[in-house]
Amino acid sequence: MTGHLCLRRMPLKGKGRIVSVAAEGELGRRIRDMGLVPGVEVELTGRAPLKDPVALRLRDFTLTLRNNEADYITVEMGGI
Amino acid sequence: MRQIAIALAGNPNSGKTTMFNALTGARQRVGNYPGITVEKKEGVLEIEDGKSVRVIDLPGTYSLTAYSQEELVARNFIVDQRPNVVVDIINTGALERNLYLAVQFMELGVPVILALNMIDEVRKRNITIDSARLAKLMNVPVIETVARTGAGKKELLGKAVAVAEKQREWRPLALSYGPVLDPALEEMSALIEREALLTDRYPARWVALKYLEGDEEVQRLGRSASPAASKLEELAARVTGHCKTMLNTYPEAVITDHRYQYITSALNNGVVTREKANEGIQASDRLDRVLTHPYVGPPLMALILYTVYKITFGLGKTPLTWVQDGFDALGQFAGAVIPEGLLKSLVVSGVIHGVGGIMVFVPLIMIMFFLLSFLEDSGYMARMAYMLDRVLRIFGLHGSSVMPYVVSGGIAGGCAVPGIMSTRTLRSPKEKLATILTSTLMACGAKLPVFILLVAAFFPDDSAMAMFLITMLGWIMALLVAKALRSTIIKGPATPFVMELPPYRIPTLRSMCIHTWEKTSQYLRKAGTIILAISILLWAAMTFPTLPGETLQGFEADKAAIEERIASHKAGSDSESGEIKALEEKATGIENEQAQAALRHSLAGRFGIALEPVSKLAGFDWRTNIALIGGFAAKEVVVATLGTAYSLGEVKSDEPEPLSEKLASDPAWSPLVAASLIVFVLLYSPCLVSVVTMARETSWKWAAFAMTFDTVMAFGLAVAVFQVGKTFL
Repeated sequence: MTGHLCLRRMPLKGKGRIVSVAAEGELGRRIRDMGLVPGVEVELTGRAPLKDPVALRLRDFTLTLRNNEADYITVEMGGI
Repeated sequence: MRQIAIALAGNPNSGKTTMFNALTGARQRVGNYPGITVEKKEGVLEIEDGKSVRVIDLPGTYSLTAYSQEELVARNFIVDQRPNVVVDIINTGALERNLYLAVQFMELGVPVILALNMIDEVRKRNITIDSARLAKLMNVPVIETVARTGAGKKELLGKAVAVAEKQREWRPLALSYGPVLDPALEEMSALIEREALLTDRYPARWVALKYLEGDEEVQRLGRSASPAASKLEELAARVTGHCKTMLNTYPEAVITDHRYQYITSALNNGVVTREKANEGIQASDRLDRVLTHPYVGPPLMALILYTVYKITFGLGKTPLTWVQDGFDALGQFAGAVIPEGLLKSLVVSGVIHGVGGIMVFVPLIMIMFFLLSFLEDSGYMARMAYMLDRVLRIFGLHGSSVMPYVVSGGIAGGCAVPGIMSTRTLRSPKEKLATILTSTLMACGAKLPVFILLVAAFFPDDSAMAMFLITMLGWIMALLVAKALRSTIIKGPATPFVMELPPYRIPTLRSMCIHTWEKTSQYLRKAGTIILAISILLWAAMTFPTLPGETLQGFEADKAAIEERIASHKAGSDSESGEIKALEEKATGIENEQAQAALRHSLAGRFGIALEPVSKLAGFDWRTNIALIGGFAAKEVVVATLGTAYSLGEVKSDEPEPLSEKLASDPAWSPLVAASLIVFVLLYSPCLVSVVTMARETSWKWAAFAMTFDTVMAFGLAVAVFQVGKTFL
């Protein structure tokens, strides 16, 4: 079972592989510089008490991202 | 042998500062890069054979783009100052991402050494790193280090010196960026070399790469350097078009992809071997399950914030009282030895009060930064920002804005000076500026005596409620003004919240102490001198012009007459103590009247009187005006100056009872005037020390803006309170 979905919709503790990062400009640059590039495995490790931002685990470290920033990222779940 | 320059670079949380401290010890100088508030730290150390090494601590960055000041500073330092070698401190726990910065240094060509820091943490997680293999694959020297214990420090320094002496020229790394970008890079590099466009500063291929990344700084420099720049921009635009149609992406995304691919393939080629699950990260995750839990996390955070506040101002109280008492004693001593007159007044009221006013903050700043560096180094500060970001974002702020607010008086009694200084941890420029400009609207400790005085006089039955409302008003105004600023003059989209949550670590005492000392000495050196100069100016405004001779003589004559009568009473055998006491009181009364007359006659007094027609709109008379002018030096001075203006002599800000009674019985005062004044004191221009600190963290322009804006806003609201109240009450 594979399906593409927006990073924001990923369930807690869900794991997926990044398919695309659609952000441009400063946001796109910052996201990519932190290693969020297509092909990378990410795990959604937590959500802040108000459900936003989210915490992600990738490449052995944890990163936070606002929901509206996570909207630019598409992941593929399953098969991992 | 000339001096060797080593630049320390690395990601935030890589242990770079710890390594810098381990290398340079106490021999470091802290300053700012010219024109901006990014900190510049360097230290010089002597090594054998009489050689010396200059170590420069570059700001921590994840990349070398032109988006943030930190990254630009790091990049420009390397190309302009050309250090002999860059030591890139790598957090080995997140090796892949940390090498991303290293690759960019290598593309620039500067000699690089990798320090695989925190290697001990990685070993504990049962991960093996073959650093020799990494060195071979990436063709760069690699040293394993543990900055906290100093392990590997000697080898690192030795290697850096060896590289600096051996490798003089820069050797840029040329990565392949795939079939779409590579031909374009070739063509652009050839053009750049032919035209010698910026080649005195950067390698040609690097410039081409930056054009494809759409780097604004390089484009700007290119345009002013050569007309060929427009040709390059055209070429870059064409490639962007290709990328869009053929790959459905942007060149900069392709570039990042390839850099990471290069790193990942090296690491997978026998550098990293994992045996079991990540132990260290699991421990950190378990802590996070509690500390950022949806229901447990926020109350715990409130408790931690309250504790920081309590410790700072509770523990700070004792040394603060010592400093105050010390300067009071010094003032009394100076008052006793210096003969009556202007010199005495200058030394006691100008210099000693001024220096005392600066020193009073020192204990607070020290404790504050000690605790802050604990929260920061432990990793908890990032979690606070994570939990609060959703709320603060509504007002155009950042999750990290909460600490400055709380310290500044979000819990009544704080102080904006350490509050403003604590915004250093905020890396989003717009959010930081909005936080600094609004943190002084909180109910700080120096405003409290004024509130206590007025509440005791006019709202004695609801004092607790009144104080609570004042604190709330501070928060509401700070958030609303922040929102207003972020929607007008500090407009712009929110800085991305792409933030690392570093694993929890126990901070070292050493780095906490060094950090504390840095901040304190910075405050003393930078703020101290200006504050002293301005407090002397304020003293002069409240002293000159002095009373004319005949008025002075009148007071002196009255005093002399009374003293004579006291003397004669004392000489008489039937010394009536009651009568003597009455006469002594009368003498004090005359002295207080003289002080009032002198204040009224001074420049500040005249200014206060001249402002009366306007200030009457808010219900303030000339006495209040003078007190508010004095309050610019420090808010608690409002109480003392009001005392003088009401001929009560010296009123201590912690014993305001006589003044409180006087105001309550004065017909010119009413609860409405008090409410209006409370609003004004809470919101008007930040005190002198805050203004100077603000200017240091932003610019004089913004500090001047805060003074004007806050005063106008405070007056507007005070007028509204007074006028509306007058109509309806």
